[in-house]
This record gives sequence, C-alpha cells and structure tokens, in this order.
Amino acid sequence: MIKFKNISVSVDKKSILKDITFNLKPGQITALMGPNGSGKSTIALTLAGHPNYQITSGKIILGKIDISKLPPDKRANLGIFLSNQSPVAIPGLNVKTFLWQIFKKFHPDQKMSLPEFRSWLSFEADSLGIKSELLDRSLNDGFSGGERKKMEVLQMLVSTPKYLILDEIDSGLDIDALKIISLRIQKLAQDLNTAILIITHAPKILEYLKPDQVLVLDKGQIKTSGDASLAQKIISSGFNS
Amino acid sequence: MSTTSYQKSPYEYGFSDPEISVFKTKKGINQDVIKTISLIKNEDDKMLNFRLRAYQYFIDQPMPTWGSNLSDINFDDIFYYLKPSEKEGHTWDEVPTEIKNTYDKLGIPEAEKQYLGGVKAQYESEVIYGSLMKKLQNQGVIFCGMDEALKKYPEIVWQHFGKIVPPDDNKFASLNSAVWSGGSFIYIPKNIHVDLPLQTYFRINSQKMGQFERTLIIADEGSFVHYIEGCTAPIYSTDSLHAAVVEVFVKKNARVRYTTIQNWSTNVYNLVTKRAQVDAHGVMEWVDGNLGSKITMKYPSNILIGEGAHAEVLSVAVASGIQHLDAGAKAIHLAPNTTSRIVAKSISLNGGRSSYRGVVYISKGATNARSKVVCDALILDKKSRSDTYPANKNSESSAFIEHEATVSKIGEDQLFYLMSRGFSQNEAEAMIVNGFVEPIVKELPMEYSLELNRLINLQMEGSVA
Repeated sequence: MIKFKNISVSVDKKSILKDITFNLKPGQITALMGPNGSGKSTIALTLAGHPNYQITSGKIILGKIDISKLPPDKRANLGIFLSNQSPVAIPGLNVKTFLWQIFKKFHPDQKMSLPEFRSWLSFEADSLGIKSELLDRSLNDGFSGGERKKMEVLQMLVSTPKYLILDEIDSGLDIDALKIISLRIQKLAQDLNTAILIITHAPKILEYLKPDQVLVLDKGQIKTSGDASLAQKIISSGFNS
Repeated sequence: MSTTSYQKSPYEYGFSDPEISVFKTKKGINQDVIKTISLIKNEDDKMLNFRLRAYQYFIDQPMPTWGSNLSDINFDDIFYYLKPSEKEGHTWDEVPTEIKNTYDKLGIPEAEKQYLGGVKAQYESEVIYGSLMKKLQNQGVIFCGMDEALKKYPEIVWQHFGKIVPPDDNKFASLNSAVWSGGSFIYIPKNIHVDLPLQTYFRINSQKMGQFERTLIIADEGSFVHYIEGCTAPIYSTDSLHAAVVEVFVKKNARVRYTTIQNWSTNVYNLVTKRAQVDAHGVMEWVDGNLGSKITMKYPSNILIGEGAHAEVLSVAVASGIQHLDAGAKAIHLAPNTTSRIVAKSISLNGGRSSYRGVVYISKGATNARSKVVCDALILDKKSRSDTYPANKNSESSAFIEHEATVSKIGEDQLFYLMSRGFSQNEAEAMIVNGFVEPIVKELPMEYSLELNRLINLQMEGSVA
C-alpha cells in the first residue's frame, strides 16, 4: 500500500498541493478528478519523484518505506509506474531495445530469450493496435499522441508495476483504442493485484476501470471524496454542483 | 539535476610498456635528425630533398592562431623517430613479444581473425606487423607500409604522394612531410570490391613521442574499399604529438569509406591533415569518431573534381575534462552536379569543449552542386562548451548550400522519463547520448558500432558525482 500522508508540494517555491492525504491499496482503483490546474498532475509527478516537485511537508510511505526522498529510478524499482500525460521523445533510442532493457531490469531472473521476448512483444503490441514498424523506431520520435499513449501501456506491461499512475491516458485515444487499452490494463491489474490511480477529465475510462474511491481536487486540496457514485455525479453535473 | 566532476579517468588503454627501440633519434628536430631518419630508411635523394624542403616550410610557417591553443607544444621536447623492431612481421610470432602482448590487449589479432581483410600495426614510428588476405593479394590489391611502398612502387607513390596535401600546406603537414615514417599505402585495382575492411592500428608507447605517419589510398576506377584506423596511447604527464597526413584518391566511379576511431590518451596533441580528391561519380565517405586526445584539430576534406562526385562526412566528437576537440569537414565543389553531406555531432561534458569547424566552397561552373551541413551539439553540463564555425561560399547561382545547427542540453524531462522507468541517472544519460550519436554509429560495421558505444559510455562513467 502507498500512503500519501499530509503532503504539501511546491514547485519553484510556489505552493501547489496542500495537505493531501489518501491511500492506494493493492487491487483498488482510485480516480482523481478536478478542474484544470487543480494539482492532479502534480500528485502524479510527486508520486513518481520528479525532482522539480518539492515535498515541503508530509510523507509518502510505500509498504514500510518512506520514499519521499527517493529518486525516480528507486521508486520505479519499488513498483511505481507513471504513464505520462505527454510522454517525451528520445531520438535514437530504439523502442525494442529500450523495452528489452526494461524487461531485464525488472525481471533479472526470467529466462526468456531475446527472440522469445520479441515475439511476446509483437503479440502485445498487435493486441494494443500498435503498428509493428513503430517498434523499430526511436522511442516516441514522431509518434502521434495516441501512439505515445499506447507505448506507455506497452512499457507498463513490460515493467509489471505494483502501483500504476495513469495521467490522462485517455487523451489522444479514440473510443475503440481506449476500450482495448483499458481492458488490457484491467487484466494487468488483476494479474498483479496492482493499485491504480487514474487522473482523468473524461468519464469513459471509468466505465472500464471502475473506481473504488474518487477524490476531487480543487486548488491543491481534496475537496470531496467518495465512491464510484461521486464520479457519476461529477460527470452528470460538473465539479461545482 | 546533476553535479559533475572529473573524478577519475575511465581510459582503459592508458597502460604503458617499457620503451622498446632498436634506434631512436636525439630529442628535438633539425636537419641532422631528418637526414638520420632518411638514412636509416635507406631513402634516395629525392625523398631526402622532399623532407628537407618540407622542414624549411615548417620553420617558415607560424603556429596557427585559430582553432585550439597550441602554444604549449614544445618542438624541442619531442622524439621524432623511434624504430621499435628490425623489420615488419607477417605473422604475430615475428613481432617482438612485448609489442605483440600490447596488441593482444588491444584485441587486434582477434579482430583480424574474425572480420578484417588485412591489418597493419604501427608501433611508435614503424609498421611492425602486416597481413593481407591471400584472395586480395591475388586480385592485385596492395596494402603495405608507406616506407615499403616507396621502395617497391616508387612510380605510383611519387605520382600521388604530396599531391593533395603538398608539403607547404600547413605547419603540421610540413612537419609530417619532413619527418614522416610509417603509415599505410593502399592500392585497389579497377573494379575490385574489397568486402572486408582493411585496418591499421596506431600505438604510441613512449613518452614525449611524435608519430608522423603518412597514409596514401588510391582506389582505381570502379573499385571499393573500407579502411579503418584506430589509435591509442598510454597516459603520461608529458605531451605527445600525432601529426599525420592522409591522402585519398577516389577515381572515376570508385568508392572509399575511411573510418577513424580516435582514442588517444589525453596527453596527445592530434593535429591531422586528411584530404580526398574525388573523380567523376566517385564517392568518398569519412566516418570520424573522436573520443580521445588532449587537443584535436582535424577537418577531413573533399575536393570534388569530377562531375557527379559525392562526399560524405559523418563525425562524432566526445570532449570531456581538459579536452578540446576542434573537428569538422570541408567540401570543395569544383565540378557540376557534385554533392556533399556533412553530419557532425558533438558531446561536451565535464568541462570539455568541442567545436565544429567547416568549409563548403562551390566554385563558379559547378552547376547544380548541392551541399548539406548538419551540426548537432549536446552539452551535458554548465562547465562544458560547444562552438560552431561554418564557412560557406557559393559562387555558382544554380548551386545550393543548406546549413542546420542545433545545440541541446539533456532535457530534465527526458532524464526524468527514463529514470521513472527504473534506470539510474547514469544509465538514462547514456541512453540519451547513445541515441544522439545513433545516426552515425549505425553507419559502422557492427563490431565498431559496439566499440564506439562502449567507449562513449566509458567516457561518461564517473561523470555523475
């Protein structure tokens, strides 16, 4: 379990989050909603350990470990995976090579050979609707928004996270792609008992990944929280009802 | 995000062996030293006079005041000629054991067995080992030491020697012409395609040594060869000097690829003049990897004299710590429909400095000539520096020169992205840097692309405090 305990965060000395507390439990889905600029992505980046996001008070506890000060790679190795809102391109970094390196990092004891890995990868990429030629290109270099999001999913399938943060994974995807990806993530989470934090504006993804708890953020604070019905209410009548 | 310091040198070829010599000239340079070199080599008066004339040019020319700072070079504190063994071996067993051991450590005999068509090894001033596949010998391919070529093929040598890089070309070409020793001579007969690369490996072992090899490549009409050179030296607190001259003749429809993996230790001044002359529809390609040396000044040049000739220069420079790598390329278009493409990528880290310096010249009458220059610089920290000095001159209205330059730093967002996938800062930086140089590395044969990536990663190791 991850405990986000009384967290306040500043960026460039400007306070963004104030006294945020919530838990991410294995197998549970948490939806984080709120208007633009309310601090949703800040929570995602703070969890993943972006160096520009300074925790000014509070703690993030993973299991029994205080990870508040750990760099992003250490957090990833503890099972945190951030699916980025706008994944960056790394020119010259071959997608297949990169995914193989992730695989070796997270599954050092797996005896899967490179050819076996590649055929598994082709299968998964195909089921996600990723064109096979993308796997031979540079990571996200010249990819469309939707292709980048699918690439995030492929990376998460390789790194098999315990804690999955989906920062607007639904933006840039059409309805069909969103369904395919949501169902694949659902299966991953079931297989691994993964905790998921979904940041979204659109209700559609919550039909596939039904939240156990919903947090509504406003001006850097949690305004309300509740169960799936809260999400329905927000979807039908907006944040200010 | 990163604080950097130059804590340790990851240079792995910095070992030195006891000096081995059967003859060594006195320190410093004068007419007597030059006469002694010529005498030891049993040369005729023609070459001796060439040397002495070049020496006068060397004296008469001032030190270059552009490029890197060369004021610390003390020409009186250098040994200009050291002969390490009596003769060139044609099996490794014929090479003195200590020297053979060095090349074993450098992995040359192993590479020779696996993927090379021929090998030369130069130790200090002389070629001490040479081999060429029987098949290539039978096809009339010549791959021998420059000194041997002068003795065996004087006519063809004198037709080409010093013709593209004349002895008064620049101060260091003059010095080379005066005291030159060793280097490779390659002749590829008409329409012969040499499939496996030919390689020469240069090693400086002694302190305060100067290495002045001469390389001459003649690719006759319709032929192809890929020549590769590598170089390393021990780390000394004193400086060494490497001033080579390379001349390449690409005849009609021929193609030559010239690959350099320069990995001198950081006490070597590397001041090299490399030039190719390309006939009609010939192709000259330089793949130039500069990782080592204290200072490098090197601008592979292409004189495109025949219609439709093409030149390609792909260069990578990695400057770290005290290094200043001033590298680039030249393309001189003298005929219609000639084309050139220059892609230069540099990485500066730990206070290192890299510069791109290039010339593209299109003469009047070189109708429809085209040139494209792309310079990308990656600067890893605030202490490091990168500069671009392009000089383009186009005298032909139907011709076109295109120039693109970018300077980038490793983005915090890229670093965070890769680290959030579980990679350490070092690993993430290496991924970004290797990706940056990938367009050039992929042009190399697999063994060399792996080697270049490995060397770049070694240079980056220990850069993160």
